[in-house]
Amino acid sequence: MNPTFWLPLAVVLSSMVPGLLIFILREDQVRARTALNLGGAFLKLGLIAVMLFGVYRGQVYETRFEVMPGFDLVLEATALPMFFVVLSGVLWLITTIYAIGYLDLDHAWRRSRFFGFFSVCVSATTAIALAGNLFSFVIFYELLTLATYPLVVHSGTDEAMRAGKIYLAYTLTGGAILMVAVVWLHAIVGPFDFQEGGVLMDYDEEYGWLFVPIFLMLLTGLGVKAAIVPLHSWLPTAMVAPAPVSALLHAVAVVKAGAYGIIRVVYDVFGIHYVDQLGMGHVLVAVATVTIIYGSLKALAQENLKQRLAFSTVSQVSYIMLGVGLIGPIASIGGIVHLVHQGLMKITLFFCAGNIAETLGLKNISDLNGIGRRLPLTMAAFTIASLGMIGVPPLAGFVTKWYLGMGALEVGQPWVIVVLMISGALNAAYFLPIVYAAYFKEAVKPWPRDVREGRLETRPTLVWTTVSTALLVVMAGVFAAAPLSPVAWIEIVLARIYP
Amino acid sequence: MELPLASAMVMIPLAGALICGLFPGEKSPWIGMAASLLTFFCAGVLAYALWTGGPMTESLGGWGAPLGIELYVDGLAAILIVMTSLVGVATSLYSVGYFKGHYRGFYWSLWLVVWAAINGVFLSSDLFNIYVCLEVMGLGSVALIALAGPHALRAAMRYLLVTLCGSFFYLLGVALLYSRWGVLDLQILSTMVEPSLSADVALGVMILGLALKTALLPLHFWLPSAHANAPAPVSAVLSGLVVKASFVVILRLWHGVFGTLDKDDLVVVLAILGAIAIVWGSVQAVRQTRIKMLVAYSTIAQLGYLFLAMLPASREGGEAAWHGIGYFALSHGCAKGAMFLAAGAIAVSLGQDTFDEMRGRGLKLALPIIAFTLGGISLIGLPPSGGYIAKWLLLTGASATGMVWVAAVIQLGGLLAAAYVFKVVVYAFISPGEEREVESVGPIPWTMTAAALALAVAPIALGLIAIFPLELLDIGLPFGLGLPEGVEP
Repeated sequence: MNPTFWLPLAVVLSSMVPGLLIFILREDQVRARTALNLGGAFLKLGLIAVMLFGVYRGQVYETRFEVMPGFDLVLEATALPMFFVVLSGVLWLITTIYAIGYLDLDHAWRRSRFFGFFSVCVSATTAIALAGNLFSFVIFYELLTLATYPLVVHSGTDEAMRAGKIYLAYTLTGGAILMVAVVWLHAIVGPFDFQEGGVLMDYDEEYGWLFVPIFLMLLTGLGVKAAIVPLHSWLPTAMVAPAPVSALLHAVAVVKAGAYGIIRVVYDVFGIHYVDQLGMGHVLVAVATVTIIYGSLKALAQENLKQRLAFSTVSQVSYIMLGVGLIGPIASIGGIVHLVHQGLMKITLFFCAGNIAETLGLKNISDLNGIGRRLPLTMAAFTIASLGMIGVPPLAGFVTKWYLGMGALEVGQPWVIVVLMISGALNAAYFLPIVYAAYFKEAVKPWPRDVREGRLETRPTLVWTTVSTALLVVMAGVFAAAPLSPVAWIEIVLARIYP
Repeated sequence: MELPLASAMVMIPLAGALICGLFPGEKSPWIGMAASLLTFFCAGVLAYALWTGGPMTESLGGWGAPLGIELYVDGLAAILIVMTSLVGVATSLYSVGYFKGHYRGFYWSLWLVVWAAINGVFLSSDLFNIYVCLEVMGLGSVALIALAGPHALRAAMRYLLVTLCGSFFYLLGVALLYSRWGVLDLQILSTMVEPSLSADVALGVMILGLALKTALLPLHFWLPSAHANAPAPVSAVLSGLVVKASFVVILRLWHGVFGTLDKDDLVVVLAILGAIAIVWGSVQAVRQTRIKMLVAYSTIAQLGYLFLAMLPASREGGEAAWHGIGYFALSHGCAKGAMFLAAGAIAVSLGQDTFDEMRGRGLKLALPIIAFTLGGISLIGLPPSGGYIAKWLLLTGASATGMVWVAAVIQLGGLLAAAYVFKVVVYAFISPGEEREVESVGPIPWTMTAAALALAVAPIALGLIAIFPLELLDIGLPFGLGLPEGVEP
């Protein structure tokens, strides 16, 4: 047994196998299900920790099977994949704990199906993170689409079924375009693995004119999941899913898979310098700018809290594209690190929305007056995450914006700072009124429902998970300069690309 | 000692059919099942023998070509034989539960004869032998369709006329070739046939006859009613296997007998018809209100892929698409078989197979719906599945030859397939509501569920172990690829 070969596979299977086992459990086998869920999540984290330590010391872990002649299924743990793997491992554990409490409260049906697909979904995300070539990436990318669908339509209502239909229409079309682009690329270049610095530069003379349409097709295919405007409409609709699903969708699984795919394509397929040479960096920046402003404006107009959060995701995920598209070391740090920072902040916000809806039965923003006293910890977490989104120091969002702004100056595009400022102002405009209303307005009682357990404001699992992600938001900001912080890790990754 | 493996693939089901005919009572399912398992086992051995020993030729009774009957095993034959035996065993297992009491004796004899004939088509290496097998296969299928009862008689009669008509055209071509060159053996003919009027006419009528049997649009009119009204296990065989057999004959003629002819215009016509079939068949499938009708129309669309892909495949640089065609036929056979078996299980449980009846009962039908979904994933071309690998190869061929429209049609067909597959899948998730009692669902015999699920795993597995079938497919160079100068296949 060779651990450098099996470890990446083990990390993927550590959530896949419990997921498949959960499917065959009966509804009332709550303990067995919880044990499988948590056992899998902790095992996964343990394996990730081992792998992280190894990668830090320069070890490369690689699982490789030949699927088609010349085409291998590759799971490879290097610095950049580990970044995403750690995020998904940690947030899966927290979200699972949250979901156990959440589903007990209100949605106590078909839980085996829910947790089964939930685990498959995370396995697919981890595999996307570890995919060592485009061939493997596409396989897991599509698997994620399939595994997420049952979660989106979980409640089985007409509204949920409709959202599921829209979700599939967008993501499958995106997947079809992505597949054509990937096959086309392979027809030209032959089978290749992800490689730091890219692989396509060498083919520039002969096929350079083809690479621009291929890049645009890849961007479209991946952009559907990353919710870039105008391919974003499925995301706000999909928020009919249960809160933990929305949290996972927005923070780790689906939108991040798209954004991460764009990062891999830019850095490891085309190569950042070649993307620059093709002029595609400008395309990325333009698309990202439009999405950031448009998403924020739409968020402002939403009355439903989860809708507002969904449009906020549309806007925030494009920070990643912005950082990548600016093509400079500092901006890149800001972009890639936002993969984690946005995940932490957004998952906190969705947990809060879930707490509010499940505890008090409130879904609209105008009903949130005075809930700060009833849900002090939840609203504290909400405030922290909102301030982070706005970019208030020393929170995670500030670090992102700092690097993006400095990076923009470095490459001589100061106008980007204006975009960041507008976006920050819009963020404030749609988050701060909620915070203000929660703390300073009179509550309109009675609330549609009131769930209380012990001395806490609501279920302990819901409260503590929310608080812990909020703490992570603070820590990611305060300890940004510490070794092994997300920023420090990205500096390791990028040091080899921008010497 | 050389084992007569190839002839065993025909003889074992034939012997099984005979014994079932002698004991048409309680015992026939067990005899049929035993024959199926034995055939399945031999198919595995055959594939292994090919893998280790290369292509095989077998002469029946020791008389070789041009006098006697020869069977020839190459990679294409082998993977289709293995597919047939996979679908065959699953169908047999399914039938044990499906045919309870009525028609048992007839069914098992007929089904095993059809199985033998399908294997015969894949293995025969002379034109007349292929004709005989096609005819036996067609007539057997007609009888199998008619087993569904009076409501299927019209469809069965129509199918009878179509299959006879198709065979007639095929035989016409055979007669032309024989009168001109005096040989029927495929390999010998391929070295003799030269571009000439009689060769062109023979090519035309034979392709016409076979396209009719393969239901290429606009010759598809008979397929939906025949495939949807047949008993469920028969539908699986018809949609998964029978149409593949006639298509394989087209491939054999294309690369063998008529290999030297100029077919550039013909392939464009076939590809355009295939493209229309993909779009039209899929749209029709989406519009159906019965599951079995939906699956039947989907077959028309999926067969369109086989013809469409011949265009990039026959251009320089697009040869990967030949492999795509082979792999497509393989994975579609398994997937479609599983989907028909699942649809039949749903129909047995509900008493009919309309979508209306399914509303609110999805949970009770979870296992058939899972089987249907797994097959559907392969049809859509989502990974990991054989359909995905096949589409990857087809797209490789299309992009290498710069045929953007072919790639677009391939992907559009996938999206439309998603539309009709998910039309069924959603019923697993819709909340039951109150309007209907969930308990009013009939039981499904376990063999039916087990067979559908087991067969549904095959197309998924094909997406993970594609390397073995694809390398097997290359043995004997069925598509005439990569032959060095002057080397005979």
